[in-house]
Amino acid sequence: MAIFLFFLLSSVCVGAVLGMILSKNQAYSALFLVLAFTCLGGLFGLIGAPFMAVVQIIIYAGAIMVLFIFVIMMINLREGLSSEKKKWTIAFSVVLALVLLLELVLASKGASLGQSPEGSVSPKEIGQLLFTKYLYPFEITSVLIIAALVGAIVLVKKKEKE
Amino acid sequence: MDIVIVLIKIVLALVWFLVLTLYLTWLERKESAVIQDRVGANRASIFGIRILGLFQPFADAIKMIFKEDFVPAFSKKFLHTLAPFLSFFFVAICITAMPFGNDIMVGGRTISLQIFDANVGLLFVLAMLSLGIYGILLSGWASNNRYSLLGGIRGAAQLISYEVALGLSLVGLIMVFPSLKLSEIVQSQGGLLFGFLPKWGVFLQPLGFIIFLFAALAETKRVPFDLPEGESEIIGFFTEYGGLKWGLFMMTDFMEIIIVSTLLTTLFFGGWQVPWLSADGFQFPWGGQWQMARWLVIIFQVLAFNIKVFFFCWLQILIRWTYPRFRYDQLMDMGWKLLVPLSLVNIVGTGLLLMVIK
Repeated sequence: MAIFLFFLLSSVCVGAVLGMILSKNQAYSALFLVLAFTCLGGLFGLIGAPFMAVVQIIIYAGAIMVLFIFVIMMINLREGLSSEKKKWTIAFSVVLALVLLLELVLASKGASLGQSPEGSVSPKEIGQLLFTKYLYPFEITSVLIIAALVGAIVLVKKKEKE
Repeated sequence: MDIVIVLIKIVLALVWFLVLTLYLTWLERKESAVIQDRVGANRASIFGIRILGLFQPFADAIKMIFKEDFVPAFSKKFLHTLAPFLSFFFVAICITAMPFGNDIMVGGRTISLQIFDANVGLLFVLAMLSLGIYGILLSGWASNNRYSLLGGIRGAAQLISYEVALGLSLVGLIMVFPSLKLSEIVQSQGGLLFGFLPKWGVFLQPLGFIIFLFAALAETKRVPFDLPEGESEIIGFFTEYGGLKWGLFMMTDFMEIIIVSTLLTTLFFGGWQVPWLSADGFQFPWGGQWQMARWLVIIFQVLAFNIKVFFFCWLQILIRWTYPRFRYDQLMDMGWKLLVPLSLVNIVGTGLLLMVIK
């Protein structure tokens, strides 16, 4: 059952990501991404991390992507980019893809693949780890997020004055 | 055997949910009629038997099924059709996480009266409710109609804003009953406070309850929070829908009322707990006792859950027909400037109190 679900979810996830990349319309791309995030949440649930699964769905599919789609629907983008912009986008995305590949290889070097973790992680354990062992990274991340939020508000305010 | 039991539970829960939804439409008609000094729908009859218009929901359903299924020519057809189903699905699935009663023993087998007891059940319900936004956004956008788009955008903005308050108002509750599992939250509301008061969430988290009530009312998108619909100005995100698809949106509304009621019951009013009723009968704080058989206790508990849910459904309809609509800035002010800071105060206060007690 778990194996069947795994292959179902992961194939839908990969299909959704492909759909996101290949679709010409930005709104459809965003919707495909939502589907991918939801499947990713399901995969987290399968490997015994229900808290991660639900948080993935609440934050990415339920909040962030809603805002993306909100903006896309409001401003009604034209389909596709101009050929001049497209050149730069392709060059830039190739560089980014290479960097991501390098990161993935480095990250998975030490990890042992092929064995599934036993049992499931409760929200309690995650909370305890976040507030003891990983307290500093956690706090630094929240400061970063607040800085980004304040920055965004400041940028918007300046434009309004002019 | 286990799969059969789960299937039976799913069918029973869905039947309960849909029948209650149907009859909420009847309750809404009758309650609004009483409030406005009318009689209300009373003509639907089978062989001349009317009984207060109790057949009206079935007449409505049959009418909706046989209406023309119209899809506007310039709409995005696939998304236009998908949207009501998304909206319906994400509300309907919430019922799987709700505990209807204590565990029962049948033939040496323990059966919990709950379909899916996830250890993050509370977050699961919140996640599914937040995914329900897509139904609104997509219906507004795919209809290719400005009024629908306005309604969809208003709806998404409102739901996103109030989700913050909704989530934060529950943090205090999670601190008091240290669990995200809905069955455990209900179990730990079984004790007594000061020897006589049932240990319900509403007595431990009064501020959290009020914030949750307001945020949850806003999540149902009904008057006084019905800006996405705005009957008198923009008609809302389902302007371009008719027949059964419109009916699905309508049903989603009523199902959201039920889900909010079950959440209020489960989190703040002890779920299936009856005050002073333990596994072998009533034990009153003034010393009286009333022995009861195990099966009778279970029936009492399931009944208590149902009565509490009905009460909150009734209360929400009462609120809907009593208050006028908020203005948009008032709505946003209330969400961000009142409910969110209050829920933060609630979290800090709860934390301090818990520390003092320990």
